[in-house]
Amino acid sequence: MYSEKVMDHFRNPRNMGEMENPDGVGKVGNPVCGDMMELYIKVENDVITDVKFMTFGCGAAIATSSMVTELVKGKTLDEALKISNATVAEALDGLPPVKMHCSVLAEDALKGAIEDYRKRKVESKV
Amino acid sequence: MKRIYLDHNATTPVHPEVADQVCRCLREDFGNAGTLYSYGREAKKLVDDAREKVATLIGARKEEILFTSGGTESDNMAVRGVAYGNINKGRHILTSTIEHHAVLETCKALEKEGFEVAYLPVDEYGTIKVDELKNAIRSDTTLISIMHANNETGSIQPVSEIGRIAKEKGVTFHTDTVQTFGKIVINVDEMNIDLLSISAHKLHGPKGVGALYVRKGVKMKPVMFGGHQERKMRPGTHNVPGIAGLGKAVEIAASDMEEEGEKLLRVRERLWEGIKKNIPHIRLNGHPTVRLSNTLNISFEFVEGESLILSLDDHGICVASGSACTSDSLEPSHVLLAMGCVPEVAHGSLRFSFGRGNTEEEIDFVIQALPKVVGRMRSMSPLYREFLKKQKESA
Repeated sequence: MYSEKVMDHFRNPRNMGEMENPDGVGKVGNPVCGDMMELYIKVENDVITDVKFMTFGCGAAIATSSMVTELVKGKTLDEALKISNATVAEALDGLPPVKMHCSVLAEDALKGAIEDYRKRKVESKV
Repeated sequence: MKRIYLDHNATTPVHPEVADQVCRCLREDFGNAGTLYSYGREAKKLVDDAREKVATLIGARKEEILFTSGGTESDNMAVRGVAYGNINKGRHILTSTIEHHAVLETCKALEKEGFEVAYLPVDEYGTIKVDELKNAIRSDTTLISIMHANNETGSIQPVSEIGRIAKEKGVTFHTDTVQTFGKIVINVDEMNIDLLSISAHKLHGPKGVGALYVRKGVKMKPVMFGGHQERKMRPGTHNVPGIAGLGKAVEIAASDMEEEGEKLLRVRERLWEGIKKNIPHIRLNGHPTVRLSNTLNISFEFVEGESLILSLDDHGICVASGSACTSDSLEPSHVLLAMGCVPEVAHGSLRFSFGRGNTEEEIDFVIQALPKVVGRMRSMSPLYREFLKKQKESA
């Protein structure tokens, strides 16, 4: 039911692991629902220079986390914010309809990490 | 890659002798069992022989066996048929929260038609509490439907006790024995069972065929209409190859039931001991002892079941999970939740179910592969990282 690309990212997830001192963290999902995603970013001059993820969830949750990290690496924050769940799903050659919510989680985790970074930046100026 | 099939509660490989029987029927015995000439008589004989074998295995009389398309149809027919057939007495049905969806969804449909259904809870082992069942019976209760063993946990229900109570109170008793028929001894008279559902494909038989035992004298209404077959309770031309295949599967199961049960128990305990030794933070779902000898359901904390299934599949190992992510509904197993299992632990459950042909070598391969698979998924899990941090802090 999963595409080869989903299986590839599930078997060999890119950018998986914890990050020391991230500039922004996005945490979404809930273990009760069976999906929980954490995305960590390093930002220099508004560019995402490094990104990592950790995920508790199904094959699609892991593959969408992995794919979103690949898509955002090296992008400016504004470019990264344009990445939607559909972009993530398409990059994986599609997801089963019942798993589309995993791509939404990936988008939300990314947005959460960027928001967190911007909030920290404002706070550090104050 | 060698494949290891450990999902026999979902379905089983067809036994070669059953396959031969089915093929022979398809090629040679095409007759309609309801006709008078030779072809029809030959087909009828195959159906009658199978009926006799099914009846004998549960201590029933052969005219009390109705052939159906499988467990789901048998459950639908039993619950709906008895509910409709006893409206004069009442509209109250007793069942449990851990039944198969074939019973649960039928009950829900009946509720919409004005029937009242009580869904009895289970204890932490997934076993019905008989006292609660006894107290829930009312004067207008017409049916008790409780499964013999649960398909997810393997926990065996106190069917004999329930049968005795049902008889005392004059309530019709149906039990879904899809997971136990041919695996453990069943006697409908000793256990006071009035209706009993059977499926062939859980017993190394073909798919699309099953049976419903209905005790003589039980009041029920047909839910399908058409021909005169199966005492008009289940009209339609007989599925002769399927029925003959079921007969053959029953014959094989009956020939070495005890021996096979003991073998499966050894295989199951070997896997359980191996997992317990090699993987921390696990829990057994189901009764520790009063459980089907072929079923082992374990939750692996901090990980999710679908990802475990996919990883194990890469090693050629086929198992099931109670995780929401493996179902189209995105709900975790209703059985594990009913037992008080928290959703995150239900999501991390795997069900291993064994059958004829599983070997100790296969189990040893699983014991080797599983810690790697669980370890890989835990290395990605933020829940596991948090757990390790807390553990470190408290140390």
